[in-house]
Order: sequence, then structure tokens, then C-alpha cells
Amino acid sequence: MKVAVAVFPGTNCEHDVTHALAGLGATADLVWHREMSLAGYDGVVIPGGFAHGDYLRTGAIARFSPIMTEIGAMAAAGAPVLGICNGFQVLCEAGLLPGALIANRELAFICRHVHIRVEHADSVLTCDAEPGTVLRIPLNSYEGNWVAPADHVAEVEDGHRVVLRYCDAAGNVDHASSPNGSTNSIAGLVNDAGNVAGLMPHPERASDPALGSADGLALLRSFLAAVPALS
Amino acid sequence: MTTAGPAEPAHRVLGMTDDEYDAVVEILGRDPRPAELAMYSVMWSEHCSYKSSRVHLRRFPTDAAWVVVGPGENAGVVDLGDGWLAALRIESHNHPSFVEPYQGAATGVGGILRDVFTMGARPIAVWDPLRFGPLDDARNRYLLGGVVSGIAGYGNAVGVPTLGGEVEFAEPYSANPLVNVMALGLLRRDELVLSAASGAGNLAVLLGAATGRDGIGGASILASASFEDGSDGKRPSVQIGDPFEEKRLIEACLDLYDRGLVVGIQDLGAAGISCATAECAAAGGMGMEVDLDAIPLREPDMAAAEILMSESQERMLAIVQPDDLPEVLAVAEKWEIEAARIGTVTTGGMLTVRHGGNVVAEVPAASLTDGAPMYRRPAARPAGQEGVWSDTADLPDDVDAAATLLRLLDDPALGDRSWIYEQYDHMLFLNTLVAPGHDAALLRIKGTDKALAVSVDGNGRLCHLDPRCGAAAIVYEAALNVAVTGTRPFAVVDNLNFGNPEKPEVMWQFIETVEGMSLACESLGVPVIGGNVSFYNETGGADIYPTPVVGMLGFSEPALAAPPRLDRAVPGMSVWLAGPAATEAGFAASAYSRIVLDHLGGRPDPIDHALGRAVVAAAEQAAGLFPVVHDVSSGGLAVAVAEIAMASGVGIALDVDDWRELFAETPLRFVAIGLDAAPPPGAVPWRKIGTIGGDRIDFGRYGSVDVTEAAAVWRSALRRHLS
Repeated sequence: MKVAVAVFPGTNCEHDVTHALAGLGATADLVWHREMSLAGYDGVVIPGGFAHGDYLRTGAIARFSPIMTEIGAMAAAGAPVLGICNGFQVLCEAGLLPGALIANRELAFICRHVHIRVEHADSVLTCDAEPGTVLRIPLNSYEGNWVAPADHVAEVEDGHRVVLRYCDAAGNVDHASSPNGSTNSIAGLVNDAGNVAGLMPHPERASDPALGSADGLALLRSFLAAVPALS
Repeated sequence: MTTAGPAEPAHRVLGMTDDEYDAVVEILGRDPRPAELAMYSVMWSEHCSYKSSRVHLRRFPTDAAWVVVGPGENAGVVDLGDGWLAALRIESHNHPSFVEPYQGAATGVGGILRDVFTMGARPIAVWDPLRFGPLDDARNRYLLGGVVSGIAGYGNAVGVPTLGGEVEFAEPYSANPLVNVMALGLLRRDELVLSAASGAGNLAVLLGAATGRDGIGGASILASASFEDGSDGKRPSVQIGDPFEEKRLIEACLDLYDRGLVVGIQDLGAAGISCATAECAAAGGMGMEVDLDAIPLREPDMAAAEILMSESQERMLAIVQPDDLPEVLAVAEKWEIEAARIGTVTTGGMLTVRHGGNVVAEVPAASLTDGAPMYRRPAARPAGQEGVWSDTADLPDDVDAAATLLRLLDDPALGDRSWIYEQYDHMLFLNTLVAPGHDAALLRIKGTDKALAVSVDGNGRLCHLDPRCGAAAIVYEAALNVAVTGTRPFAVVDNLNFGNPEKPEVMWQFIETVEGMSLACESLGVPVIGGNVSFYNETGGADIYPTPVVGMLGFSEPALAAPPRLDRAVPGMSVWLAGPAATEAGFAASAYSRIVLDHLGGRPDPIDHALGRAVVAAAEQAAGLFPVVHDVSSGGLAVAVAEIAMASGVGIALDVDDWRELFAETPLRFVAIGLDAAPPPGAVPWRKIGTIGGDRIDFGRYGSVDVTEAAAVWRSALRRHLS
């Protein structure tokens, strides 16, 4: 599988994502945000960082970058599209995923390992993971608190589009203990078709036991496995 | 040159003495023009010229086979083998952070990163040693919160992880907090770039942000003068940071280096364009013609002196060959930064600056840098020093060690610091093998078997009691911190935070500090590869404690597969203590004396440098033998073992026959814990002092406490003091 890793000015996790994907045998190329074509790529990752500085709402400028037109087209065509952290924010801002990410409940940046539970395996992000599995993966964000109008939340929940929830080490979901106040402890979700996914935790940072966890590999492997599964 | 009426002469307003002004007149053979006076005032400021410290800094040992670039360039550089180099630099942003904590701290991060990528290195990590007044004062809580937010806001967004630091609280820092910042960069040998401009006809290209009125005179007004009341009036001298601009600037510069387009480069920090053009020209033995009209400005009506002195952030001055200019401009366009050709390298050594078609400055470039005055200021031991030494702590015969431990763990400087470092991205780049919260951060270099450990350490109270001894002790503490991760102390940078150098007592503290650090570095065989001096940390006539901060780089190859960690203790393991026995002098400047006795006095034991070297070597060896190896420092043995018990979630029982063993901060000691590992042979005394097991931190007849209870106190300490 050949993956485009979109790089906006201000993106900073692009090398980490390509490193982790390459470790899984994928070809991952950095593609600058002014690029108009993603011909030849099977999937796209929008990595973490601060696209265009994020001085406005996160992702508010990035959605207008030239590359977003092509990413939208790939999403519509059913190709796997993954937004990690800032990438999740960009996908929400671009309307490819529902809701928005606002400031954490404690109004402070959070960088630490958190536990997330795999809700189901019917998505580009979890197809190679076991439902119910608890993963330990770093969170690294100030605006990680997912919110949406009540009817949108209901749609997301009823449509089984929540794929990852914050939980404790045993897998119990307790909204009060969710690290950032995210609605229904949502850490990751997908679009209706299941091919566009966004999550706040960084799976690439949990890609090697030497870094404290390799739990993120299950998610990245799912993403790479998604092409044949969806086609 | 004087202004009319009773006003101060212009040079005094700019922070220059009459003698310094006369020296400028002598160099030029005439009165300086306004822009020239502005340039000399900033370049000859204490902050830029090191005029009070230079004669003493020569004492530092700076040579080693692995030193590629020593003190004097933007960052020190050492050779890690196989073509890999590491660049390290430390700076202070004390006064700006007091005036405006968020921007002061943020621009400190930005400045130190530029120092590192100026060398051709990609910055891979930042550390922030911080000192504030006690947190019962709301203003100090505001300063800590603002500084941490500023570091997080800038560091996270610019995309360089912050791997820790340290924090200390003491009254003298209330009116003068210390915000130091250190950065580490990594580069290949063929990517190394220096600042020297060479080749007449080469072009000077200004990259990055437009120049505005922010930060005018920051170096001379903020950094090189003491604070009186009403420092709010200096707020316009604080620069404003833009991490997004810096991020693009980093990528653009690394791209330029990659393409071999840069002959020399200099970041614009203190003294802005004056400094960058003068240093580039002087370092290459060249001159430069600079056209201020070519500089992109934020405000069109800026005077020449303002443009020259502006400390607007996120700017770099690159020297490039004329044929390469189109490609340089194309790279800048790709990364969406501004680039302007502002000058030309010339022979003859003159720095000539034009503005509006007129020559506004024409000075020998080297006179701004090498020509700066150098002072050997008078030094004298403070009159009260003997009294301080004889004022030893009045120690009780017996203590409840468990209750005492809980009091210590509740201290904001000893409690859990995760409230600070979890606001920093400390994982980016996938290098972090050991994260903040341990003795030192440990980073891998991907694709190699090499690892780097970094620790920053200071101890203002100890240096107040005895600067020579204190400075040596922090060098050994930093060395021990990197050694317990299995790396060898490899290079030192230092940030020397002191009071007013015009006071003989402060100069004595400074000279003693340099001597103590030098002796320790010589004993360890570790070169000093760079540093920074921050004088005038004085407000309302009161100086801070002499506060040298040491940044120690450790290096290992091959790296340990499983480096020691605090959370690797399991039941059945034995607890060993390496190093000398505790002494009463170990209570001088100890956490016990501060928290329990509210006392600061006495004199620490003189450092045994031969033992120091042996202990550090033993710690490095022990790291390969024991799963837990931990430096004994603030809070003594009791806090050291409590930290291990809390991290591992298991009890620990110590067999000590004198409570002083638990709380003395006698230097050169560390704890090692393992199942059946035996201490390495050597000159260092080792004692088995306890075992791991149960669920209590147990000091025998001195009491015990539940690990969970201790951890609850420890975790909430800093948060509680902030609320």
C-alpha cells in the first residue's frame, strides 16, 4: 500500500508517521499541502501538528489548502483516510467527519499515555484490532475535547461510528475520568462508510516497545489492511 | 554627544558608561552617529559582550578529542561517531519572563532553537530549568503558570519536544525568577555550518519574520540592568514569539543546508541585525554593506537605530553565493517565509549601513564584537560569609522519619512535577526512551545504537552557602543523573545566573563558581562546550542566590537495551547505597533544613574530586547491572527511595541506625536496586541497606508509611500549592 502523508506548514508529526508506517512495510511519502494530485496513492494520513499555526480554530485554514480537494475526492471514493490529532481536527473542519475538537476540560495541554478501548472492528482504523481491547497510547493535544450537537452525537452513536473511547486500564469507560472531557469519552470515530477515520491519540507514538508501548501498531496495521478490505 | 537641557546623555540612556562612550569615540575618531551609538550600546552590553565574565570563563576546561565546536559559536558541538554530531546550547530569559511570563518564556524557547539550527542541526529536544519565589504568593503562581504555558505554547507548536527541566522555589527569586532554556540538536558532520561570512561579493539574505519595534534594546535594557520598581514600563522591550514562523524557518534553513546553499549563517537574537551582521563579518575577517531599506518592516516609519536594534523574533541572516540566490529564494518561497537580500560581504572589515540612501553607520565590524570592553571587576568574599558558615542547623536527636518524609513529599519542589511536563510534548520524534520524571531524559538516535542522556541541575541555596563547593556538587549531580541511565558524561554547558557584577561579593561568587565547576569537569574529563552568563539578576538592590545551572550531555554506544528506571523495583530485590556516609554538613542547604527547620546556613563539606570521579564511573557501571539506579539528591535517601517505591508501586524497607542517613544531602551518593546483582569493584563504598517488598516505606524504628498514602501526597503537592 502506498500512503500519502499530507504536510502542511506547521505539521510536525509527519516523520514519526512515515517512520511507523515504513516499519510496517508500507511506502509512505510526504506530500506538501500545495500538491493538487494524489494519483498513485492508495490512502492518506493527515498527521499531527499545528497546520498553518492553528492561531484560528484548529484546522480552519488547513481545510482550504489545495491538497484538501484531492483528499475529499479520495474520501468520497472510499479510500482510507486517517487524521491523527491535528489531522482529526482538520477532517472535522473540512466536514469529512462530524463534530469539532475544542479545548480540553482543564484548559491545559495534555501529553501522556492514556487508555482507549476498541469499540468495534468495522472501520479503517480498527479492522485488524479486537473489539474490547484496551490500548495504551499517548495523547498530545490542547484541543482534544470532541463535541457535537446532540442529534449529531446520537447519529454517531446510533450509526456505530465511535471506534475508540477513553477508558481506564481495565477498559471501564467513565466520562468523569476521560482525560479531556470529550463527549461520551470519544477518542476516535469514522464516517458513515467507515473509510475516513479520526482520532486524538497518536498511534505512531506507540509503535515500539522501547517507547513504552507498541499498542498503536494495531491501529496502523488496520489502516494499511483497509485497502483490500474495502475494495 | 549630549541632548539639550538636563536630560541624560544618549549613551547613558542606552546603558553605556562614559568611559565606554569615550572608547567608541577613539575607535571611530569622531562622535558616533545615533545608529552607531545604538549598535555599540547593544553589542557592548553585558548580555552580548560578556565584558565582566570573559576573563574568568577562560578557566573552564574546553578541550577533548570529541569537541568539534567549543565555546564562542552559537552552540557547542560534539562528535558521536559515524558522522553524527550533537549540538547543545543553554540560555536565559530571566528578565523578559518576569516582565511578561508567557512571551518571555516562549521567545526563550524560540531563541535557543535558532542557536541550534544555526549550526546546521535539527533541534530534537528542549529542557527548561526554572526558579520562582514561593508559591504562597499569588504573583509567583502567576509567573509559574505563565512561564509553563509559554514554554508549552511555543515548544509544542514549533514541533520540538520538551524533555524536562527542574523547578526550585526560594524567596530571592520572587522579584527575579530564573527561566533558563537548553536545546539539543542532531546533525551529520557534513551539515555543520558556522557563522563566518566569507567571500567578498557574497550576499547577506535576511530570512523569516518582518522587523518591528518589539524587543528594541532587550539586550541592553532588560538583560543588562537591574530592576527597580515598576518594571511594567519595560514591557515593550519584551519580544513576541510566533512558533509557526519559527517552524517554517527551521524547515527552510534545514532545506537550504541540505542543498548546500549556505556559506555562513547567524540567528538574530539579542541586538538583532547589528549583532548578526557584525558577528558574521567579524568571524570571517570581512566587512559588510547593509541596506536597511531592503529589510521588510512591520511599521514603515522605523528609524535606522530601531531597525538595527530590533529584537523581532524568528529571523536568520544567511550568507549565500550570488549564483545561488534564485534557488535560495525559491526554497524560502516553498516554505512560505520571507527572504530579502539586504547586504553584500566586502573586504576591509568595515560594516557600512545605509538607510534612505544615506550612510547611517560605518564602523569596523570587529570593534563591535572583539573590541568590546573587558573588565576584571573587583571581587571580595561577602562580609557575612563566615557567619553563614558558622550558623549550622540545630538537628534533633531523633525524628519520626515517616512523618518527615510526608512533609518533604508535599513540597512543590519535591512533589510530582507532572503538572508541568505533561503540558509539554515530550514524545515527538519517537526518540524518548526515558521520559521526564526520572534522573535524566534518555534519547535514542534512530538507525544507530547510540543514545544521549541529558540532565539539567542547579542548587541556588547550596551555592549561596559555598559557591565553589555548590558548583562542583551540581556538576557531579548532573553527571550522576546521566550516568544512572548508562551513559558517560560527555559535555557540559552552563548558564551562570548571578546578581550585579559591579558588587565585589557577586564577582567573588562568580569566580568561586567557575573554579568549582572547572575542578569537577576536569576531574570527570568533561569539556565545557558552551554557556551563557546572566548578570544583574537583582531587583531593588537584592541579588538572587548565585545560581549556576549545569546542562550535562551523556553519551553511550551501545545503548543499554533496558536502561534503569524508577519503576522497575519488584519484591525480593536488595537495596544498595553507593558513596560516602552521611555527614552533618550534608544538611547544609538540604530540603530537611529548609522545610522542617526553616533554616539556611552552615557550610557543605569540601568535595572529594577523586571520589566524585569514581562514584560517577560506578553509577555508569551499575546501570548495566541493576534495573533501578537513582541519584540521591534533594530530600536525601528517604525521598530517593520513596520515589522508587511510588513509581514501582511496591514497599521498601531500609535498615538505618541513624536518621541523619535518611535526610542528609551529602553529595556523590546513589541507590542501586536489583535481585542478585553485585556492586562493581572499585574505590567506592557500597552498603546493602534494605530490601524491596510489602506495601510500606519502612524506616525501622524511625517509622513507616503506606506507599499509596505517600504517593497521594506526592502527586497532589504541586497542584495543591498552585490552587
